[in-house]
Amino acid sequence: MKSITKQKTTEEIQQGLKGLDRVFVVGCGTCTTMTKTGGIDQVEEIKGRLQQMGKRVTGSTVIPTACDDMTELSLKENEQFIRSADCILSLACALGVHRMSLSLGKPVIPGVDTLFIGVEETPGFFREACAQCGQCILGETAGICPITACHKGLVNGPCGGTNNGRCEVDKEKDCAWTLIYNRLNAQGRLELMHRYQPPRNHHVALKPRAVKIV
Amino acid sequence: MVSRFKEALNSGKFVITSEVAPPKGTNLDKMRHHIDILKDKVDAINVTDHQSSVMRFPSLGGCLAIKEKGGEAILQMTCRDRNRMALEADLLFAHSRGIGNVLCLTGDAVPVGDHKEAKGVFDLDSLQLLKTIRQMAAGQDLGGNKLEGVIEFCAGAIVTPEARPIEPQLIKFEKKVEAGAEFFQTQAIYDLENFARFMEYARKLKTKILAGIVLLSSARMAKYMTENVPGIFVPQNLIDELAATPKDKVLAKGIEIAGRTIATLKKAAICQGVHIMAIGKEEVVPDILAAAGL
Repeated sequence: MKSITKQKTTEEIQQGLKGLDRVFVVGCGTCTTMTKTGGIDQVEEIKGRLQQMGKRVTGSTVIPTACDDMTELSLKENEQFIRSADCILSLACALGVHRMSLSLGKPVIPGVDTLFIGVEETPGFFREACAQCGQCILGETAGICPITACHKGLVNGPCGGTNNGRCEVDKEKDCAWTLIYNRLNAQGRLELMHRYQPPRNHHVALKPRAVKIV
Repeated sequence: MVSRFKEALNSGKFVITSEVAPPKGTNLDKMRHHIDILKDKVDAINVTDHQSSVMRFPSLGGCLAIKEKGGEAILQMTCRDRNRMALEADLLFAHSRGIGNVLCLTGDAVPVGDHKEAKGVFDLDSLQLLKTIRQMAAGQDLGGNKLEGVIEFCAGAIVTPEARPIEPQLIKFEKKVEAGAEFFQTQAIYDLENFARFMEYARKLKTKILAGIVLLSSARMAKYMTENVPGIFVPQNLIDELAATPKDKVLAKGIEIAGRTIATLKKAAICQGVHIMAIGKEEVVPDILAAAGL
């Protein structure tokens, strides 16, 4: 499981850094390194771009895993360079931004957009696999999640937009319910597709979701 | 109060429905004109609900315009733009204003329309909407609360006999019947042999099927729909027939094809009726009916 990100455009980054001239850049050694959006190479690359924008880069680091509790320590090690900056530009995902915002009190500006939690299906190809809805029905849908893989998140079968096993929003995208049908059929469990699925409970846990594991 | 449309469905007659599309804006003249043309020619008129995810005057407003003219309306309701509370509230309102029929649809995806950045809701799906109508008719909302005054609708849904693959579609079709769909209006059908096969299957289920008739206005349109519209397949012989027709007679040819399709369906008692979609050429619906001998 990885947090999948895409780098913001130069214009968007420039907009985010409006009025913030001295910048400390932070990348992440885990997800954004793997997606090549915030690893060592991308941190170096963006430093050059920031200088072209007329920004002053006070320093940079790549935190091993920006979302965990070691982040505070990594930032502490760079405290003098961060203190002299107006902000941190984050090339970690939103979870990293969240974590970085908890220490040193400097504004943290995201340099990437966090898209989804996904898996790498083939090298370099990431797909959303779980929407973390809190009511898993994968056991009834042959391990293919209709909440995630169906554009409309339908739980009772395909819509009328399915076409030769493809989705109406993208001819390259498989129709989730055709895949589910095929796999249930192969498993001899098609009766599961005949089962009525009631409306989803969107408040399994109230937002923002939190859980204490003891 | 049983709706006039439901009475027609239960009468055993060959039922005819058609549809009007509300405008983008507040000028209702064209829609009202189409209602005038259709209201005495068909058993009920559907009003589309932001069809193809293009924002328009609401279906509910179109249905009221039909009521005002003494016509029978079928409220199309998609699950794309409203959560369950908004859908329930609209059902209460529609019932209070004498609208007696609802067609339950999931709705096209938002990105195919003209508000590509809007949020697609899909809090319910078409099946769950059908169940909601039954639950509210029995006096209870989806929160489990008692209603003061219940709703009553003749509720229907859609099915795509040309869907490929057909099997997943048929499972959903069966689930819709079980959820209480009293009638189905199908996606456009042109291949009558395939449709007859579908009807052999559908006849086993207790519901009424109105075959979808979409007017073909050119060979290009027929080819485009076959290649691009999910669930529509126009056989090559019909495309050839249109292509061989001089340009100024091609609309008449489309009317003739629609008419003879309807006549065949009726004569062979293949299904219980038809739903005619003229898509912008509502003026010719009476001509289609005349061509069908109706």
